Order: sequence, then C-alpha cells, then structure tokens
Amino acid sequence: MVMHSREKILDAVKRNQPENTSLPAIPFFEQPFTDLAQKFSEVVQAIGGEVHPVSSYAQINTILKEEFGNKTIFTSAKELTELVDTGITYANAHAFADLELAVVEAHLAVAENGAVWVTEDLLQERALPFIAQHLALIIHPENIVPTMHDAYAKIGTLDYGFATFIAGPSKTADIEQSLVLGAHGPKSLLVFLLTK
Amino acid sequence: MPKTIAEHPALADKFNQDEERVNWHDQTLWWVRAKRDKAAHTLPEWEELRNLASQIKHNVLANLSEYLIQFEENALKNGIQVHWAADAQEHNAIVKSILQKQGVSQLVKSKSMLTEECHLNEYLQQEGIEVIDTDLGERIVQLAEEPPSHIVLPCIHKKKEEIGELFHLHLGTPAGNADPDFLTAAARLHLREKFLTRKIAITGVNFAIAETGEFVVCTNEGNADMGAHLAEVHIACMGIEKLIPLRRHLGVFLRLLTRSATGQPITTYSSHFKKPRPGQEMHIVLVDNGRSRQLGRKDFRNSLKCIRCGACMNTCPVYRRSGGHSYHNAIAGPIGSILAPNLNMKDYADLPFASTLCGSCTNVCPVKIDIHDQLYKWRQVLVQEGYAPAAKKAAMQGMAFTFSHPAFYRMAGKTGKWFMKTTPFVINNNLNPWFKQRDMPEPPKESFHDWYKKNRQQNGHA
Repeated sequence: MVMHSREKILDAVKRNQPENTSLPAIPFFEQPFTDLAQKFSEVVQAIGGEVHPVSSYAQINTILKEEFGNKTIFTSAKELTELVDTGITYANAHAFADLELAVVEAHLAVAENGAVWVTEDLLQERALPFIAQHLALIIHPENIVPTMHDAYAKIGTLDYGFATFIAGPSKTADIEQSLVLGAHGPKSLLVFLLTK
Repeated sequence: MPKTIAEHPALADKFNQDEERVNWHDQTLWWVRAKRDKAAHTLPEWEELRNLASQIKHNVLANLSEYLIQFEENALKNGIQVHWAADAQEHNAIVKSILQKQGVSQLVKSKSMLTEECHLNEYLQQEGIEVIDTDLGERIVQLAEEPPSHIVLPCIHKKKEEIGELFHLHLGTPAGNADPDFLTAAARLHLREKFLTRKIAITGVNFAIAETGEFVVCTNEGNADMGAHLAEVHIACMGIEKLIPLRRHLGVFLRLLTRSATGQPITTYSSHFKKPRPGQEMHIVLVDNGRSRQLGRKDFRNSLKCIRCGACMNTCPVYRRSGGHSYHNAIAGPIGSILAPNLNMKDYADLPFASTLCGSCTNVCPVKIDIHDQLYKWRQVLVQEGYAPAAKKAAMQGMAFTFSHPAFYRMAGKTGKWFMKTTPFVINNNLNPWFKQRDMPEPPKESFHDWYKKNRQQNGHA
C-alpha cells in the first residue's frame, strides 16, 4: 500500500510538472556594513542577547562565575572543561533538565542576523543548547561572515547528524504580541567574542 | 476544524460584532506588516532575493518528481524512514501506525500547518491518543478548543485576559492574572514536563533539501527542538512542495522567511535535521493531499511556492478585519483562499471572493506568488463550475438580465432612484449588504440616459 501511494504521487507529479527552467546562480551581495564583529554584536543585542569581547577562556570563566555563581554549569567547550567544574555525569539529555547554564563553542556566526552555527559534534547532546535555562556561546571574531550566503558557502556539503543556527534567546510574542524572552529554551544568551 | 459549509461573510460578521477587538486585530497585524517593511528595506538586494526564491521554487515545481526521488534516496542513506501519503487520511494512518508500533498514546507536537490541514489532532484524539501542541499560541487555541487563526500567530485573535482565564482553568494560574510574562512562564513549566515525559515528537518541516536528505525546522520558542531531541521517535510531516534543490538555497529562503513573517532577521532556531541521533527513530511523511493536482492547474500552480510566512495575511485589508476563523480553512487569508478551492471547490467557493483584489498580498509575497491574480482567476473557475456562492449567483444573474434588457435597465434605474429618494429605509437596511458600514449616496436628480437625451436635443443633434 505504501509503495502504491509513492508511485501514484510520483506519477501525478511528473504528469503535471511545468516546463523546466534552470536554477538561478546566487550572486555576491555587497553589504552596507564592513565591521563584521560590530554588526554581529549590534544584531545580537537587538534580538535580546548580551555580547562580551574577551581574550581568554580564563576571562570567560571569570564572567560566568560573576553571573552564575555556584549554579550548575555544563560546557562542551574543551578548553573550558578544565576551568569549569560541572559535577554533572549524564546518561542522556534528560539529565540536563535542571541545568542552569550550557556553554557551547561554535565554528561560525553571521553578522547580518546574529545567528551562530552550532553542529552536533560541539554539543555532546543535541538538546543541550535548548534545555538549559541560560546559554553561552563562544565564537572567534575571524569566524564571523557577512550573510547567510557566506555561511552556507563555508558549510558546503559538510556531513552532520544535526546542526542549528541560534540567534538570541528563546522567545515568543504569542500573547498579544508582547515579546517575552524564555519561551521553552534559554531565557538569556551570552555571546563571548574570543580574540586569541 | 469541524467540517461545516460556512460562508466567509457570515463568519466575518460574527467577528465584527466586537468592534474594539476588530480594531485591535487590524492594527496589530498592520504593525507586524510595518515591521516586515522595515526589515525588508534594510537589504538592498531584497527584490533580487524575491526573484531568486521564485525562480528556485519554479525549478522545484518543474522537477519535483526527480527532487522527491533524490530526497528520499538521501534521507534513507541518512537513516531516516520515509513514508508517502496520497491524502490526509493516509497521512493520519501512517502517524497512527508509528505510534501503535511504539505502544505510545501520548505525544508532543510543534507547529505544522500540514497536520492542521489533515486534521491530525482530531483523528488521534478519536483514536484515544493525546496530542499536546507545544507552540505557545497553538497550545492556547488547543486549550480553547479552537483552530489557529493565523499560520504564524495562531492566537492573534485572543485577548490576554481570555488567555489568563484559559490558563486559570487548565493550568491553575491565579484568576485574573493576564500578564504575558507570567503566563508564558506558566506555559514554560507546564510544557517542560511534557517535553521530558513524551516519547514521541511530531514536527513540521520548513524546508527539505534534495541534495542532502535533511530537513530544516524554524521556531522562535525552541519547542520543535525540545520535543525532537528529548523524544525516542521524531516524526516530521511535510507537504511535497517543501523541497528545495540545494543546501545553499537555504541562504536565500532563510533571509526572506522571518523578515517577511515578523520582521525579525531570522528565527531564533533554524535547526537542520539530517540523521536520527544514536538510538532514535526518525520518520518523514511526504504528503500530497491535492498538491499534485494543483501542480497541474497552470493558473494556480504558483501557489505551491508558498513558504508559509503569513505576510499576505498581515497586509490583507479583508483578513485584518474579518479574522482567521472566517476563512474556515487551516490556512487563512489570501494564500489560503487560493489553496483551499483546490482541496474542495464546493466547500471553499466563498474564499476567492473574500478579497478586494487590491494586490497588496502579491506585493509582499517573498516568493512572488501572483496571489490576487489567482484569486480573480479562481472566481471565474468557480462560477463556470457552478460553485459560485448563492447570493452572488442570484445578484450576477439579475445583473446579467438587467444589462441585456435596455428597457428593463431604464425602468430599474428609475425605480431605484425613486426608492432612494422617497423610501430610503427600503435600501438602507441590513438586507442590502452594500449598506453595511456605508451610507447610501444621494440619488442623482436625473439618470445619465435622461440627461444625455435632453442635452443632445438642446445642442440640436436630435
């Protein structure tokens, strides 16, 4: 029965398809901004995030200590794990249900919309950046690209199981269009711009 | 939504009983439309992006069968199970069979207009399966036992006090508390428990990529991700028109989608699902449900380019003042009015007439669908096929008779003027739909016909 529908759908689609037209080439679009880190920071702040330019992982640790004190922190950023004692052992993502802060390192970010590209290999658990009450992302300024086109040019045909663009904290405006941060995911987003 | 043959004007009337709410609805959606303009104007290449998106989607429609086969092949390689559903019934049966295999009777679902179109929630409820909608707006209308009234803003027709009352009844929040921050926090707690305990999550699909066999789901709340990553089984339901050829085409569509929808530069989360996580099952249900038929309608196939941003609704003067429920279809507004008659001409014959044909929808559409032209063309098809709404049919037949019988036309004109002058109450009443929200004009002293006859005689040309 399943095969039957497959053939039926493909037949009907093929019969009704319009004449072919070629795919357009996507041109290069010059942007009205030149300082990528500045534009990125402005957009992240406009969508409810907080940006901290830093020069070391130790400095990140200091800021996190100030803002989160002794609350539970889990980091998948290798260079931070030695500094942050998470004290969390986990069998699956459900173990993060009460996690206060997740800290994740990212390879790529986009200036035009403040989106940060996070792939599964940097997460340990896919649910990590969504389930924590607060999220911190670490990005190196040289990995900021102007637009989504540039981002996908870098991503190419990279293989991954799961990957996501994260732009700002989780939000909703479903009740009378009043913006509320912290719908189901993190209530706040910290972005560390790490210059080595 | 219960299947009733309801007409847009009658349902719009109902919405218009609360004038204050209509004004609020109208102004709020216009505010969202203004945010869209602001976001669009920040990109010098905006119009070029719309052209690119439209061209890519045209290529998709022209090669859809090939892209579907390519997508299936790659998705299977990625370890995703692929199902094909010819119609809504088959879609619902496939979802049920996956649930049955798991022996599960509870699930969480993030926003999917396709599952609304297929009436999945009602179907599963009848089968004894509990569905919890996790998008805040959708959860609110679910508690109110109503369908969403907007594809992006599901409860835009509700006031916060009504939502406070619903939460008081169902989630135990204090009576009288209508604070959006407080209510959102209550929903967060309520739904977190569901995310952590449900073994199956259903999501919609914004884009599926033929080249890689992955699919992308966009949310602001993070509810699709919370559901999918915490569940043992992830079922993604999509219409077959959601395909795009290459991953890099996402650059075009993700730049357009949210700027058109809410004026945001991008959704908070644009999640790319390519493979199930170890131990997880991932399913994709590819649904036709009339799409292949619409593909064969030359005048209407462009409607399949739609990326469900809702911009055409926010800008539509009729939608803003009649409310989403007046369209009695899963997808309201201008785009819904050209998609619905394809599903059922008889039930949705009223919708293409629920428009002023002002063209604003066409002007804001990010994939350049000729929406108002299609509304106009549907009217002709529906009249030819004998599905014109009854009142319109009678009025048009009357007009056709009047215009083709000159003596009757003159008599009708005189009679009309006499009634307007001497007994205005005969015309200025609720039986005359034109009179609603309008005053009748002063009747002219003489008809053009009489004036012309007189003047020709005066000028000696008789």
